[in-house]
Amino acid sequence: MGAGMTVTSPATAETGPATSPSRVFLVPRRALAVAGLLLPLLLAALWEWVAAKNLISVRLMPPPSRIWATMSDLAARGELTIHVLATLYRVFVGFAIGALAGTLIGAVAGASEAVRRIIDPTLQSLRSVPSIAWVPLFILWLGIFETSKIALIAVGVFFPVYLGVAGAIESIDRKLLEVGRVFRLSRPALVRRVMLPAVLPAWIISLRSGLGLGFMFVVAAEFMGASEGLGYLLVDGQQMGKPDQILGAIIAFAVLGKICDWVLVLVTKPLLVWQDTARRSL
Amino acid sequence: MLRLERLSKTYADGTQALSAINVEVGGGEILALVGGSGCGKTTLLRLIAGLDTATEGRVIVSGETITSPHEAVGIVFQEPRLLPWLKVEDNVGFGLAGLPAAERRERVDHALERVGLAGYGKRWPRELSGGQQQRIAIARAFVARPKVLLLDEPFSALDAFTRASLHEHLLLLWEETRPTVVMVTHDVEEAVTLADRIIVMRPKPGRVYETVSAHLDRPRDKLSAGFEKTKRRVMNALDRSLRPETPRPSVAEVEAAASY
Ligand SMILES: Nc1ncnc2c1ncn2[C@@H]1O[C@H](COP(=O)(O)OP(=O)(O)OP(=O)(O)O)[C@@H](O)[C@H]1O
Ligand SMILES: [Mg+2]
Repeated sequence: MGAGMTVTSPATAETGPATSPSRVFLVPRRALAVAGLLLPLLLAALWEWVAAKNLISVRLMPPPSRIWATMSDLAARGELTIHVLATLYRVFVGFAIGALAGTLIGAVAGASEAVRRIIDPTLQSLRSVPSIAWVPLFILWLGIFETSKIALIAVGVFFPVYLGVAGAIESIDRKLLEVGRVFRLSRPALVRRVMLPAVLPAWIISLRSGLGLGFMFVVAAEFMGASEGLGYLLVDGQQMGKPDQILGAIIAFAVLGKICDWVLVLVTKPLLVWQDTARRSL
Repeated sequence: MLRLERLSKTYADGTQALSAINVEVGGGEILALVGGSGCGKTTLLRLIAGLDTATEGRVIVSGETITSPHEAVGIVFQEPRLLPWLKVEDNVGFGLAGLPAAERRERVDHALERVGLAGYGKRWPRELSGGQQQRIAIARAFVARPKVLLLDEPFSALDAFTRASLHEHLLLLWEETRPTVVMVTHDVEEAVTLADRIIVMRPKPGRVYETVSAHLDRPRDKLSAGFEKTKRRVMNALDRSLRPETPRPSVAEVEAAASY
């Protein structure tokens, strides 16, 4: 641990001048990123140490080394890839469907006061239904296999995207729309040249929260009885009494979720370079 | 060129913003509107721009009645209203989507140069100062070559020095195509510096109170006697327009207040 700290300090000095002048806080960005990575490592090391001293029950709280061993064993047998891919596939397909539906219905609701008044109360009450409550219904309707799982995830992704898009359209600056009117843009041109770019930032934020919910709902979906997927590893770990596998799957969820969010941010970043926000490093 | 006939506007809530405005503005003339807050200056410009519809009367530009935004009429709002997702050059060229790219480029570059911002085309609006953004807004209106250009207090948020330099940029652009200009301002000196004629308005309901002509030589010499005289006439008219119409009730009010 101590060694880790000393290694970062020269790096801090090095990256100091490279930071962009627009930063509000004067702590070098790369140093913060390193510190962000360091925290989980620090916690893991602490855990390992506590387990080695036999201060906790190693059987129920396996140390990181045990979890690592279990997961690399799964990986070596090619099973981990299968589970990760199964989960990713469900999240992506569910996300795509939910995000598309949320964007379209949100756009219509945002553009038309009448439509919004008609559908919004229904959607708002459906939104407050806990995810697990849908499971029995979807299984009855769509069967036990992929379709019901993907439907559940799509439902989870739909709501934040719907809300984000509808809200963003409603709050488009009237003053900017007037600029479009002054130059006599046609309705489609007004949508393309003013309205779409204006809602873009809020849309991307809603996609991010949709993706996060997608990862939450995939666990519920895989609890419905899956034979593969990270959620299956959780259920299997509980039934077989393998806490290392459960913890491994949880960590895998954390890592996957973070990577997917990061990819989404990276892909959409070029679309938002024009933004004048306090925190452009998101 | 631009004619306002018995133009009246009453808002949905019953506010009578304008009442029977009759004004005729010649081609290439610069007309300034001054008057107290709430006397309907912005309302008047919005009617001419076709952004709102008149309750009565009409706006005629080159014989055509204006009912919705028209290509012959451009407007610069009080705020720059640049689209933050477009580079400066694309903001300037926003209204030129129908032109071939080469011509659009040429017009945009020329306008940027005229407002003293050549080389700023590739920047984002957020990278410009308030005065620079307002100059971009002026360039955006000019490149579309409107026959009538409306300016709603375009310089009111700026310091006196920036304002003076923007007056020069504005006149440079104006000399190229000589559009008819109607500008709202709170600054009498600005009005006399730029305008050929100054209309003083009076509120409740908004109407024309007095017209002062200011046909002085250009560029205007702010130290000349003519400039001083015109300025004083406008100020006097403005002063009178701001006084209550019937002084008696206000005297009674003062007495009533004093008797407490
Ligand atoms: N959308 C609206 N609905 C109702 N009343 C309005 C609306 N816009 C303006 N008014 C009223 O119409 C009158 C004229 O407003 P306007 O904005 O034209 O004044 P102005 O001369 O531009 O004032 P200022 O110098 O403060 O900008 C005011 O009494 C105002 O309250
Ligand atoms: Mg106004």
